[in-house]
Amino acid sequence: MSTAAPASALPSYADALARYEPVIGLETHVELGTVSKMFCGCPTAFGAEPNTQVCPVCLGLPGSLPVVNEAAVRFAVMIGLALHCDIASWCRFARKNYFYPDMPKNFQISQYDEPLCTDGWLDVEVDGEVHRVGITRVHMEEDTGKSLHVGGATGRIHGATHSLVDYNRAGIPLVEIVTEPDVRSPEVARAYVDELRELIRALGVSDVRMEQGSLRCDANVSLRRRPAPGEPDAPFGTRTETKNLNSLRSVERAVRYEITRQAGLLDDGERIRQETRHFDEAAGRTSSGRSKEEATDYRYFPEPDLTPLALPVQYVDELRVGLPELPAARRARLIAEHGYTTRDLTDLRNAGVLDLVEQTVAAGAAPAAARKWWLNELARRAADAGSQPSDLAITAADVARITVLVAAGELTDALARKVIDGVLAGEGTPDEVVAGRGLAVVADDGALTAAVDAAIAAAPDIAEKVRGGKVNAVGPLVGAVMKAMKGQADAASVRGLLLERLGAS
Amino acid sequence: MTDNPTPSATTTAAATTTAAAATGAAAATDVVHLTAAATAAAIAAGELSAVEATQAALDRIAKVDDTIHAFLHVDAEGALAAARSVDERRAAGERLGPLAGVPLALKDVLTARGMPTTCGSRILEGWHAPYDATVVSRLRAADVVLLGKVNMDEFAMGSSTENSAYGPTRNPWDTTRIPGGSSGGSAAAVAALEAPLAIGTDTGGSIRQPAAVCGLVGVKPTYGGVSRYGLVAFSSSLDQAGPLARTVTDAALLHAAIAGHDPLDSTSVDVPVPAVVAAAGRRDIRGVRVGVVRELAGDGYDPGVEAAFTAAVETLTALGAEVVEVSCPHFTYALPAYYLIAPSECSSNLARFDAMRFGLRIGDDGQAGAEEVMSRTREAGFGPEVKRRIILGTYALSSGYYDAYYGQAQKVRTLISRDFSAAFEQVDVLVSPTTPTPAFPLGAKVDDPVAMYLSDLCTIPSNLAGGPAMSLPAGLVDGLPVGIQIMAPPFADDRLYLVGGALEEALDARRGHPLLDEAPAL
Repeated sequence: MSTAAPASALPSYADALARYEPVIGLETHVELGTVSKMFCGCPTAFGAEPNTQVCPVCLGLPGSLPVVNEAAVRFAVMIGLALHCDIASWCRFARKNYFYPDMPKNFQISQYDEPLCTDGWLDVEVDGEVHRVGITRVHMEEDTGKSLHVGGATGRIHGATHSLVDYNRAGIPLVEIVTEPDVRSPEVARAYVDELRELIRALGVSDVRMEQGSLRCDANVSLRRRPAPGEPDAPFGTRTETKNLNSLRSVERAVRYEITRQAGLLDDGERIRQETRHFDEAAGRTSSGRSKEEATDYRYFPEPDLTPLALPVQYVDELRVGLPELPAARRARLIAEHGYTTRDLTDLRNAGVLDLVEQTVAAGAAPAAARKWWLNELARRAADAGSQPSDLAITAADVARITVLVAAGELTDALARKVIDGVLAGEGTPDEVVAGRGLAVVADDGALTAAVDAAIAAAPDIAEKVRGGKVNAVGPLVGAVMKAMKGQADAASVRGLLLERLGAS
Repeated sequence: MTDNPTPSATTTAAATTTAAAATGAAAATDVVHLTAAATAAAIAAGELSAVEATQAALDRIAKVDDTIHAFLHVDAEGALAAARSVDERRAAGERLGPLAGVPLALKDVLTARGMPTTCGSRILEGWHAPYDATVVSRLRAADVVLLGKVNMDEFAMGSSTENSAYGPTRNPWDTTRIPGGSSGGSAAAVAALEAPLAIGTDTGGSIRQPAAVCGLVGVKPTYGGVSRYGLVAFSSSLDQAGPLARTVTDAALLHAAIAGHDPLDSTSVDVPVPAVVAAAGRRDIRGVRVGVVRELAGDGYDPGVEAAFTAAVETLTALGAEVVEVSCPHFTYALPAYYLIAPSECSSNLARFDAMRFGLRIGDDGQAGAEEVMSRTREAGFGPEVKRRIILGTYALSSGYYDAYYGQAQKVRTLISRDFSAAFEQVDVLVSPTTPTPAFPLGAKVDDPVAMYLSDLCTIPSNLAGGPAMSLPAGLVDGLPVGIQIMAPPFADDRLYLVGGALEEALDARRGHPLLDEAPAL
């Protein structure tokens, strides 16, 4: 295959970038998390037995007709608004016609020249620099079924003896988000997909799991020669489209590979063929798919089975007002309120603990402590267990309590880890674990009693609250005693003693 | 009338009789002559059982359908079970609907549980839909008895029913001639007294043209007035199911039973169903303004057709209607626009017939790839007219041709709608002949598609604009029936029945009997 790679060895990435400027555009498909499908009432849950979530409509049986799912339209409008798009007051669905066994009707209901959302943008930050990526359009469509190719070595159609089709996915609502060719590096491409994923997750309209295919990305890449100083930009080169990139890492690697591959061809004086390409994760290379010149003519025309979508201004305005806090605004707030750095936020997000940290701070923890315990201790434990931090059997309130105890000197870090062991083992709240496991160091009654009396005398207002029944107000007194005992007392005993003295136990 | 010397004397008596005349006797020959309204009235009065009515229809089918070949599938068991249920519930004192127990022939393009759905195509041979079309579920809810499925041009593409993969249907008036199409089986079944009612579908005239050439009343309701859910699509923006019957009142009863908003069809419109039954019974059209469409006459129109039409229009004048001539200049372009829009939509609608999930599968030898199996199945499963239209539509939608063909045709469609709107500012209904000629002989036009397409010259404008239209028997030309078409604005379907009811009464009175009574005995 003459266009698969240049004849000579690929240039280095740095050499390629020195001579050529990459021009990158991204098309992202997102499965919307609606309860039912785009045009029928079938459920959308992932992982069901094949062909159990189907009906005459999503199987495309003769005579069946589509009906638009309002929730899907609402979710798509929310995405458009979050991407600063114009929302069409009138738009239509269109049929995209091509034959493939996993497409029940042999046409896909999509949108063509009248998309729902147009002309928006998304800012993404890489190494402290903000890149604004233009959004050309966001349109709605239905997903296809899924083919399983059996009998071949690779699970691909090549070499397979037969194929099975699961139509559970057929008709699941999708949006396709298309960028302008604004992206100039693999890092920004990756950061764009990452930011888009966060945005959609924040909207709550999709679970955006790339590994399950609920977010899929195609990358359009072309190169143009870098102009000499004073020269105008060269026109765009011929682009390739690398399909179905299913991780952030793949987005970056595939784009990077395409840059070097195309640079090699251009260096050899060859032309880039406009085509779709597939990315081989294991080899880290793209390979030629279907050539665009021999591609299908999709024969788009307005879908006659559906009436045009005319969204009232008020409908869109209500959704605009009701949008949740978006990731960029949230980051700004967390930096301002909690003193985190951009780097902290990236780390917390990558560890999957940002929400938990925020909840922990809200439950009374100091921001730095919340960050430290989730990022260092709990994220590691989740990783060891092969689960997500949010799946751990410990609540943000529990963690907040532990950080308060540590801050009050009632627990050392080492003791706190034991408390976490106990909570995760189902032994109760942190205070119950402290009491139950006797996580105290010293109990010198004489000195302790004196310290207790001193702490009560020093804080009569708190003492009064505890006497009045606000048992939890005892914390500062416990802290004071622990401090006086230089951390060598058993916090649970101190607490018990204080409560006893105050007649609240 | 009983001393009428023609062989149709008994027919006359039965067709015009009240329920009382059927009392006791229930002889099959009498029962099958009853109108739907009379059948229902007899059943409601306990003078006739639904089982007797159904059995009479089944006996009639057994007797004449070898000759007519209207039915593709007769569901005797299902029909008799439905009829028994009606009889039992009536006996238990349940109040039943106005068509309870009346037998009906269903065009084989609508899905119905328990019956095959072939669309007259080999590609769907043996396919049983797992669901009822909305029209069918409404018929069942109205206790109409479904006798079975009737023949049609393959996927409703044709004007003669010769494009059926299961052989042609014959016109009961002259069995060497076509019954019209695509709802030829529906029309022939009603005209041959195999059923008092039939459901047809009309994309470019497929109810009205067969009704005209078989001497029946046929109505294409307003687009969006009757649900298309379960109607296997030929051209989604044009298809509409509607009634075929022997009288305007029967058609109105059936229309009312199937019409109304359906959430399963996004193009169905949520407005009240026009009061068609009441309109059919009014019989007073004094002051109604009637426009004769200037463009639907002249070259290509059989002089006999024009004479019958003119006589019917004179009758309207005599009944007190104000008749004027109106011009709809863009109707001239309706046929070419239709033959771009309908094939374009059909090329996409019929893509799903690919051997993967249902229906015929050819060439799956364990070696052939999916694309080859699709291709071989479609090659073997579709007839020549269907292929012709798929190719035409695929071409018209192709990149680079879309604007010149599909886009241009949609503009013509808009202009035709404007012609209608302008005309309906001057008049309440428009009239024209339904077809340019009476039924032609079987085989006469099979090799000349364009000549065949001209059958729908007068009927296509209403499909393109979406308004309702009716064909009503106007008279005979050389012993063959021809129709007058009445057209109304969208959702004014009641006007068709108002004008049709009055005209039918006057024409029957002048003739001394319904036109169908002059059909030769089978």
